[in-house]
Amino acid sequence: MKKLLLAGLTGLSMTVGAAYAEPVKVGMITTLSGGGSGLGVDVRDGFLLAAKMAGNKDLEVIVEDDARKPDLAVQIADKMIQKEKVDVLTGIIWSNLAMAVVPSSVAQGVFYLSPNAGPSMLAGKGCHENYFNVAWQNDNLHEAMGGHASSAGFKNTFILAPNYPAGKDALTGFKRFYEGDVAGELYTKLGQTDYAAEIAQIRASDADSVFFFLPGGMGIAFMKQYAQSGVDVPVMGPAFSFDQGILKAVGDAALGVKNSSQWSKDIDNPANKAFVEAFQAEYGRLPSLYASQGYDTANLILSAMQKADVKDADAFRAALKEADFDSVRGDFKFDSNQHPIQDIYVREVIKEGDVLTNKIVGVGLEDRSSAYVGDCKL
Amino acid sequence: MTLVLLTEQLLNGIQFGVMLFLMAAGLTLVFGVMGLINLAHGSLYMIGAFLCATVALATGSFWLGLVASLAGAAAAGAVVEIAVIRRLYDRDHLDQVLATFALILIFSEGTRWVFGSFPLFLDIPPVLQGAVTLPGGAEYPLYRLTIIAIGLLIAFGLYLLISRTRLGMRIRAGESDREMIGALGVDIRTLYTVVFALGAALAGLAGALVGAIQSVQVGMGEPVLILAFVVIVIGGIGSVKGALIGAILVGVVDTLGRILLPQFFALFMEASQATSVGSALASMAIYILMAIILAVKPQGLFSAGA
Repeated sequence: MKKLLLAGLTGLSMTVGAAYAEPVKVGMITTLSGGGSGLGVDVRDGFLLAAKMAGNKDLEVIVEDDARKPDLAVQIADKMIQKEKVDVLTGIIWSNLAMAVVPSSVAQGVFYLSPNAGPSMLAGKGCHENYFNVAWQNDNLHEAMGGHASSAGFKNTFILAPNYPAGKDALTGFKRFYEGDVAGELYTKLGQTDYAAEIAQIRASDADSVFFFLPGGMGIAFMKQYAQSGVDVPVMGPAFSFDQGILKAVGDAALGVKNSSQWSKDIDNPANKAFVEAFQAEYGRLPSLYASQGYDTANLILSAMQKADVKDADAFRAALKEADFDSVRGDFKFDSNQHPIQDIYVREVIKEGDVLTNKIVGVGLEDRSSAYVGDCKL
Repeated sequence: MTLVLLTEQLLNGIQFGVMLFLMAAGLTLVFGVMGLINLAHGSLYMIGAFLCATVALATGSFWLGLVASLAGAAAAGAVVEIAVIRRLYDRDHLDQVLATFALILIFSEGTRWVFGSFPLFLDIPPVLQGAVTLPGGAEYPLYRLTIIAIGLLIAFGLYLLISRTRLGMRIRAGESDREMIGALGVDIRTLYTVVFALGAALAGLAGALVGAIQSVQVGMGEPVLILAFVVIVIGGIGSVKGALIGAILVGVVDTLGRILLPQFFALFMEASQATSVGSALASMAIYILMAIILAVKPQGLFSAGA
């Protein structure tokens, strides 16, 4: 009942009955400038919205911009840990930045809660007791799309992704559940904006479908150029390619495209309804899956704060692990490698009035954990 | 690799090159004539794209947006030249780099402040949408062909401007001896403002043209700026002809490298490993090209000063 109340009392500031009054200092390092800043902005806005809705004065958040630069992210992390004495770090969007920051940060004793990046290294051999991933392991959404491609009857798919850790995880994940042939496999430059050469290769191959993972502005550029190219092979991708933040820019070219996500604004549960309403009221736009991940991350921290003192690392870790919060995506729990076990849905891009958005049309993978859980010694 | 695919990729390379030329032409003029390194050139490209997207969205006409981006970027260039750049001509390159880097931050933050962090969208005008079939059977987007045509027209126009007009004569004179043409009574300050505004307008045009096929977002100018510097280093500083040839060289090498290198490695490697090695090498291709050219011709291919 208390959970329902928490979820229902949108916008009303209410004090959570914290058993321990020790404040928690959260350092958020995220991408707020340069290419892909929309993703960081959404994670931040979702996180701060949850903090505001909880009204818990003991949660202090400091936000800094990494500009998608690994060296800068490392500097900020060091400063936040040594000078600001944060208890928890979060916020990183990109896997290459996560690989630069997370291992050394958790080794220094702070918690790292990932609201987005989930590189395979950190899910398997490189897992750590202080590292939690609240979003997904990088492969997950692509795995669901691989399964979908097989069940939709595609036999020869052309696949492409950027050349960085998450891009490699993406294509590996797709191939794990895809049974047909691969018509071609390409890695593009991270941040690339012109895909003419890749599209020409797609045209020249005999592909019957295209799977692409190009987050942020990369995906917008690809879709717009694809629509102009005269190639009419159907495309599909993870939610990152067709999320709320970029659908407006892609325009009608995205209509009808299938994509996979662990979250959608039409998931029917009270926590999600409250989140979508509150987000729109606060920021005047529809939330994206990044916003939902930021929101869940904050609520996870808040739930742990109710149970344990952050200075008692073992108790706080145990409280995080319970994941006793109402996730906007419905069922959510941590596997032994501290990555989520959750459903991955298949969504379709539709038009509501003149707003492009997504609607769930099926479940891609049920209670999916990650492929690397066996390599993790936790 | 069929002939059709190769033709298409060559066109892609040329289109990319022509777009780089629009950036590099302004950069090389400013560098060659005024001896100024302008890192904020990429910001003018971004301004062009944002202006075009905003005006096109408000009026529904891409063409009005294009005019606005040309005029707006030129105006922004002139204002920046008068307010900031003018004080930098006599300083060394390090000061110029610092000051113009500050301009990048100011422009990026300013644009974010006005437009927000989310990318804007700009559609290709209806008459230029879709693909056309070229002789030989290759299908190619009409809009990209238009970019090639506009770029080549502008290259020709710049050639005429610099080799046939009085303004061009002064620009050339400014490159070789700025004190002398000052002494001959040419208003150097106005000349510099005009050259800077011209370079800015070209960058703005490139931004607007590219904005319709890519996403219009804060920071979009910086990756292009780096390539534009590669182009002018290859082509020779101060040479518009060098900028054109260097740009097309860079465009074609980059595009073909992205396609051919992964295929080359696939001949003797496992497929996904080959794509990964090939892609990594492809992203270095133009820098290797630059190194080779500099080893043979340290001043670049068509250096104006040499």
